[in-house]
Parts: sequence; C-alpha cells; structure tokens
Amino acid sequence: MKRFIVKRLGYAILSLLLLSLTIFLFVRLTGDPAVLLVEPGASKEDLAAIHAQLGLDRPLWVQYGQFMSSLLRGDLGNSFYYRTPVLDLYLSRLPYSLLLAAAAMAFSLLVGIPTGILAAVRVNRWWDSVGKLFALLGLSLPSFWVGLVMILFFSVYLGWLPSSGSGSALHVIMPAFALGWYFAAAHMRLTRSSMLEVLGSEYVKLARLKGLPEALVIAKHAFKNALIPVLTLAGINLVIMVNVAVVVETVFAWPGVGRLLYEGISFRDFPVVQATVLIGGAMIVVVNFFVDILYAVIDPRIRYER
Amino acid sequence: MSPLLEVSGLCTQYVSARGTRVTRAVDDVSFTLEAGRTLGIVGESGSGKTTLALTLMRLLPPAARIAGGSVRFGGEELLTKPEREMRAIRGKRLAMILQDPMASLNPLFTVGDQIAETLRAHESTPRRAAWKRAGELLAAVNIAAPLRRVGEYPHQLSGGMRQRVVGAIGISCGPQLLIADEPTTSLDVTIQAQYLKLLGDIQRERGLAMIFITHNLGIVARMCDQVAVMYAGRLVEAGPVRSIFNEPAHPYTRALIESIPKFGDATERLTAIEGQPPDPAALPPGCAFHPRCPYVIDRCRAEAPPESQLARQHHARCWVAAPATVGAARG
Amino acid sequence: MNGSRAASLTVAWRFSALRVEGFPWIPTAILGTIALVAIFANVLAPYNPEVGVLGDRFRPPAWQAGGSEAHLLGTDHVGRDVLSRLIFGARVSMVVGFTAVIVAGILGTVLGILSGYLGGWVDQVIMRVTDTWLALPALTFAIFLAAVVGPSEMNIVIILGAVYWTRYARVIRGEVLSLRERDFVRLAIVAGCSKKTIMRRHILPNVLNSAIVLGTLMLGVVIVTEAALSFLGVGVPPPKPAWGLMLADGKKGLMAGYWWLTVLPGLCIMLMVLSANLLGDWLRVKLDPQLRQL
Repeated sequence: MKRFIVKRLGYAILSLLLLSLTIFLFVRLTGDPAVLLVEPGASKEDLAAIHAQLGLDRPLWVQYGQFMSSLLRGDLGNSFYYRTPVLDLYLSRLPYSLLLAAAAMAFSLLVGIPTGILAAVRVNRWWDSVGKLFALLGLSLPSFWVGLVMILFFSVYLGWLPSSGSGSALHVIMPAFALGWYFAAAHMRLTRSSMLEVLGSEYVKLARLKGLPEALVIAKHAFKNALIPVLTLAGINLVIMVNVAVVVETVFAWPGVGRLLYEGISFRDFPVVQATVLIGGAMIVVVNFFVDILYAVIDPRIRYER
Repeated sequence: MSPLLEVSGLCTQYVSARGTRVTRAVDDVSFTLEAGRTLGIVGESGSGKTTLALTLMRLLPPAARIAGGSVRFGGEELLTKPEREMRAIRGKRLAMILQDPMASLNPLFTVGDQIAETLRAHESTPRRAAWKRAGELLAAVNIAAPLRRVGEYPHQLSGGMRQRVVGAIGISCGPQLLIADEPTTSLDVTIQAQYLKLLGDIQRERGLAMIFITHNLGIVARMCDQVAVMYAGRLVEAGPVRSIFNEPAHPYTRALIESIPKFGDATERLTAIEGQPPDPAALPPGCAFHPRCPYVIDRCRAEAPPESQLARQHHARCWVAAPATVGAARG
Repeated sequence: MNGSRAASLTVAWRFSALRVEGFPWIPTAILGTIALVAIFANVLAPYNPEVGVLGDRFRPPAWQAGGSEAHLLGTDHVGRDVLSRLIFGARVSMVVGFTAVIVAGILGTVLGILSGYLGGWVDQVIMRVTDTWLALPALTFAIFLAAVVGPSEMNIVIILGAVYWTRYARVIRGEVLSLRERDFVRLAIVAGCSKKTIMRRHILPNVLNSAIVLGTLMLGVVIVTEAALSFLGVGVPPPKPAWGLMLADGKKGLMAGYWWLTVLPGLCIMLMVLSANLLGDWLRVKLDPQLRQL
C-alpha cells in the first residue's frame, strides 16, 4: 500500500509542476507578458517598471524559478480591481462555490444513481428509455442556457425563485440544477453501464445460483461493486464542478470562484484569471490523488496490486 | 425407486435480438441420474454443456428460452415451477459450482460472508451460527486454519483454496445434486487431483449426486459412473463409463477417446479430430457431426439420427453405429 | 497488404457500414440543414446581422403582440433582426466548430500516433502533458488562453484546438499500442520500412475510424464550449453573430421577459449539439466497437 501511495504522490507532484509550467509558459511566450501583468491603462513607465520587477529580460528558467517561489510562498499577485491579494480573494469566494458544487453533486447523485440502477435492471424497457433521454439532454444542453431558461420560467414568469444572489436556500436551487444536470446525466450513464457489467459477472451469477432473493443479489452484490467507478468519478467531478461553474455562477450572479474568474476577464484583471486557473487545476490534481487512494481503500484488490 | 433427476427431450434455444435467428443450444437431450451417482457430461466448447446446466437451474440469460421437454427432480417438474419455488431449490437442493473461482467470488466480501449468506437465505440461520457453520464448512473442504480464512477476502487465497470455498458454498445447505461446471479447468494440474479427491470424498460422505461437466476424459474416467457425450447441442452417446470407454459407438466418442495420448505410444503422432465444431447457429443438415466423420454415409447427410439402444443403458445417435433400433427405451 | 490499399479498404468499408439500419436520419438532416443555412446565409438572411435600427429594439416574434412580419423572430437590444443573426450564427458555429475539431483532431492524432508508436521518452513526455492538460477542465483552460491571447474568431479556433487535442491523443495512442502488435505492422518492419512510412501508411489509415468518431463526438462539446466562451465575452467578439453572444445579449432583456432572445439561440445550439451527439453515438457503435466505453 505504501508503495502505491508514494507512486501516486509522485505523479501528482509531477502533474502540478507541469500545470504551473504550462500556465507560466503560455503567459511568458505569447506577445508581451508585461501588458497582461499590468493594469489596463498603465503608462509606459509602469510597463518598464514591471519589466524590471518581474525580470522579464532574464532567461526563462530563472523567471520560472521566481514564479514558482512566489507561488509556494502563497503569493499569487494582487488583483488590479480589488487591490487585495488574489489568494485571499479566492479563498473568500471558495466556500460559495463549494456550496453550489455540493448541492449540484447531491442532485446529480440522488437522481443519477437510482436512475442508472433502474435503467440497468430494467434494461431496454421503458425506464431505460426515459433514463437515456434524460441523459442525452443533460449531456447536450449547455448548463448556462438551462439556467437562463429556468430564470425565465421560475423567476420571470412564475416568480417563485430568486434569479440572482446567494441569500437563502431558494437561491441555490436553480443554479444547482443547471450545474448538476450534466453531471446527473454522466453519473446515470456510468451507473447504468457499471451495473450492467456487474450484473453480468460471474459472482452475481453464482449469487443467483445460490438461490438468493433477487433483491438481495442486486442490493448486496451488484450495488457495491457497481458503485465503485461512479463514486470515483463523482469525487473528481466535484472539483470539476467548482471549475466549470463559471458560466452558471455568472448567469445567477452567484459569488463563487467562477464568478471571480468572470470578473477577472471582464475587468482585464489578469492575476485573478491566472490564479483561478492555477488553483482550479491544482485542486483537481490533488483530488485525483485522494480519489485514487480512496479507491484502493474501498477495493481491497487494488492495494495489493501495485 | 425413481431416479433423482430425469431429463427428457430438453430443448433450449437462443433467439437473436430481432427474433430472426434461433440457435438450438440444447436439442432433445434426455438422461437420468440416480441419487448418489455421478454423471459426466463431455463435449467441446460450444456443445451446449453449460447451457444444459443453466437450463436445469433455470438460470438462462434473457436471450434464451426453454423450448420444450421436461426436467423432473426428486419427482417434481422443474420447468413449470414458479420462480419463487425455484429459488428455494437453487443452492439448497440443487447446487452448482462454476469454473473460475476468482470470478465467482465477490471481491468485496469475505469468504465467510459469502458462505454464510447461502445458509442465512435458505435455512434462516442467525448470523453467528451461520458464521460458525462457514468455518466448519471450510474445514470440511480441507482448508487449513479455517477460522482465520473465514474472515479473509478472495484475493488473499490461492486458486485451489478459492475453488474449495466455492465447493463449500455448494454443499453448504446439503444439496441432493451438485452440478460442477469444469471445476478444475482453472486449477494447476497438481491441485486438480487434490480437488477431485475432495469432491469424491464429499460425495461419498453425503450421498451427493453429481453432474460433472468437463472436456477432460481423464476426469470422467476417474470420477464418473455414467457419461453423456454432447456434440452441437445433442446428446450423441450416453452410457456407463466402462461401456463408453471400452466400446465407444459414436464416431465422435471414438475420436475423443483415441485422441487421449497414451504412455508407450511415443512414436505415434497425436490424433486430432479433423475439422472444427460447427457454428451452433448454422448447423449442417442431418447428423451435425457428418462433415468430420470418417464413417459418414449418405443417410447421415440427410437425416439426423435418433437415439438407438446399443446395450443396457448405453445408447447413441448414429446411423452407422446403431442403425437398426429406432426410438428405443432408456435405462 | 500495403498501407494505401488498407486505407482505401477502410474507406469503402466505412461507407458500407453507414448503410446499416439505425442510421440517424433526423440528426443528420438537422446537421445538414444547419450546414446549408450556414453556406447560404447571405441569401437566406433578410437583414444584415450586424447592423440594427435603434428605434426597432426588443421587438417580439411575429406571432406575439407587438411583433411584425418584418422581423419574424423579433429584434434584439440594438434592433438587429434575430432571424438573420441566427442564420449567420449558424455559419460561425459551423466554421468554428468544424475547424476546431479538425485542428484538434490533426494535432491529437499525430501526437497520439507518435506517442503510441515511438514509445520511450516521446511517449512519456506526450502522455504526461496530455494527462495534465486533461486534468484541467477545458472551459477553464480555454478561458485562460483567451485571456492571454485575446479573443478573435481565429484565436478561438486555435484555443479550442489546443485544449481538445488531448482527448484524441489519449484514445489514438491506445489504438496504436494495440495496432503495433498486429501482423501487418510486423511484416512491414521486417520488410525494412522506415518508421515514418509505417506510421503514415499502416497506422494512420487504421486509426482514422476512431478519429472520425471522436470528431463527431467532440463537435458537440466544442460548440458548447465556444458558446460558453462567447457568452462570457472571451469567444467570438461582437458584433459578429455567434449564438453564445446572442445569449449574453439576451440576458440583458431576460428579466423584462424578452424570452425570444434567450430561448431561440439556445434552441439552435441544442439542436446542433444533440444532432452531433446522436450521430456520433451511432457512428461510435457502428464503426468502432472498441470505443464504446467512451
């Protein structure tokens, strides 16, 4: 088990390095990075000052070293617009995004898993078709459009739900649904195929041969095995949700990190943009790592394999 | 006394998704088995052996359907039983063990749990008692340190041990008939002999009837009282082990027996049967074996031969080996 | 058989496979119609999509009160005809969508083949980069790149290509790994063909199937991402009529109940993406059973 953890940790660190390198290179290598890293409307003197400060004339690897060292110190620059350190800004918005993601994830699992199981158990019958339709729509409709149409319907026409802000539980319903539908569809699909695979396995066959009641076969033998890949995906998806909620948060003016990113691009506040993408990506790498470990805990076979 | 298991005219078919193709996986199979005896069912892969076993257990995949015949077990007709009653029989009076023990055991549950659940389902044994019984069963199948093993997961056991666990599950509720589908195929050769001995011992101790599905004639010779040879879904020859091995009638059976390498024949080449087994969905007309048969006559190509009695309890389907009698009685 | 014969055989086989049942007529027809609309936009659109009459703002569609036949689907917040913008928007979506998919496809296929066939450090490097870029969600990455290079139609295509090639590379590499072991490749090696030749004539035609299937599956994703980018303001820049941009503009009139500015462009996106997805699903099942786990 230890070797497994160490190996995975190595991969994670490598990915983090590559991520920071990618972000760094893209900024430094396209056009004049100084323009990006300086406030809009800055003067020539400001540009020169930034050049000197960031050492933009030094060799790339030196610059990268500088970049990484400030990263590791927690210094992700200051927001032009808010005039505060970006890291603080990000951390203050993160709880909102996590809340939204949690709500959306709960929705996607509560709808996706049972639908997937039913679709597999009643394969190719009515429920399966309903499930497939739901999944198809969820995977094809852009989440922000779903959000906009929901606002139109539930806020403008019916007046039931608030269209923006984050004050109450009511505020989270529409964004969570808009964000979660796509993932509900993905989870449903995966649950269904995983369940089908498990239902066709030898140990389910043996369980039936043992004369166990069908409900027990499904609930005990099939369910736990089928859920493993789904929960793995869900864990990763949670963090992905935080990242891709940009548009949904913008539509609903939900004060999370997605909206922060939007503000960053609207106000040409580049440090905010850079930091959001970096942290977002880093979170995913970290979560991937933990999910791998969790997978090994749940499925005893994996521990001994590597 | 009536036999424990009487199968007559059993037909199982697979229907393709659009209902267009019908594959006869089991075609007009009949045999009987007395309590405490062992029947070996021999055939190549695709001959329908496993489908036959699953038909007896009434656990066919949705694409398959039983098209006719009868299966009488302990005097009761199984094919018309409602599912609820069938489930009470499965695992309790009629048990089956599968080929690959690693795949048949759920990797997420302990070995003891998987033995105990059969007990709890059929005999409503309370949890603790079932767990204790599981340990006893592991000892009965000669697993060392059974009380420790009971709490272990399948992947922690060796292949031979896993197959013993599967055996333990099979006998846990004291069945009258145990069907073993290629139980030693995935085991090492050295372990195979031990396992077969174990099965033999269990059978004697408990008066268990067994059906051994295998492609290995050596096992049949060793373990079985009766043999039934299947080819392309049909039972082409059946009879007592001695008869079949000493006087095989059907050309396929003869070829199978001849293809067993014997010590002392070092200079001769291995004989193999020419050709390939037929595609079950596209069987040749007449006798399914005729394209590969060295004794084929015209009639073989036209008509499928019926069962003909050759000697007491020994019958075969072959125009050449058993031409005269038609529709003879069995047994 | 040599590579070019293999290639032509797979092409012929590809087309024959298409004649099988279950062919999704409706989605293909929809995609075809959108393509035609895009091509003949100049002829079909009644008005200039980029210029509006300020006095004519926020007109509802013709069948609603306040609408007029002059603007069948209404006008937007600066008086531009919605129908014309939708028609020209089809052109933008098609062009951006297809080009991005092709760019990503070429890049991903080439890198996938190199990675899979050459192995060694080339493989390691490409795979590490692919894994890392795959970890970063496409939308976030695309936003970042758009912020760095600035939005324009050309840039968007390049950005989308840069973001999505990793999806191809992964799958193609997997295929190449198994192709490498096949006899006809081994024969070519024994015959002394250079690595480059083998990759070009033997490997490439055989992975084209997967690349095409992936392409159709990616089309929907790319279009949604482009719409999202335009909606956020970092995609196709105004006043060009992109459906995503129309949604952003439409938001301005949402609270006032001007539904047609939001629902109609979204419907267009939905139709296109749904059709691409259905077609891609069907292709996936027909052409390459191995990809079923995608």
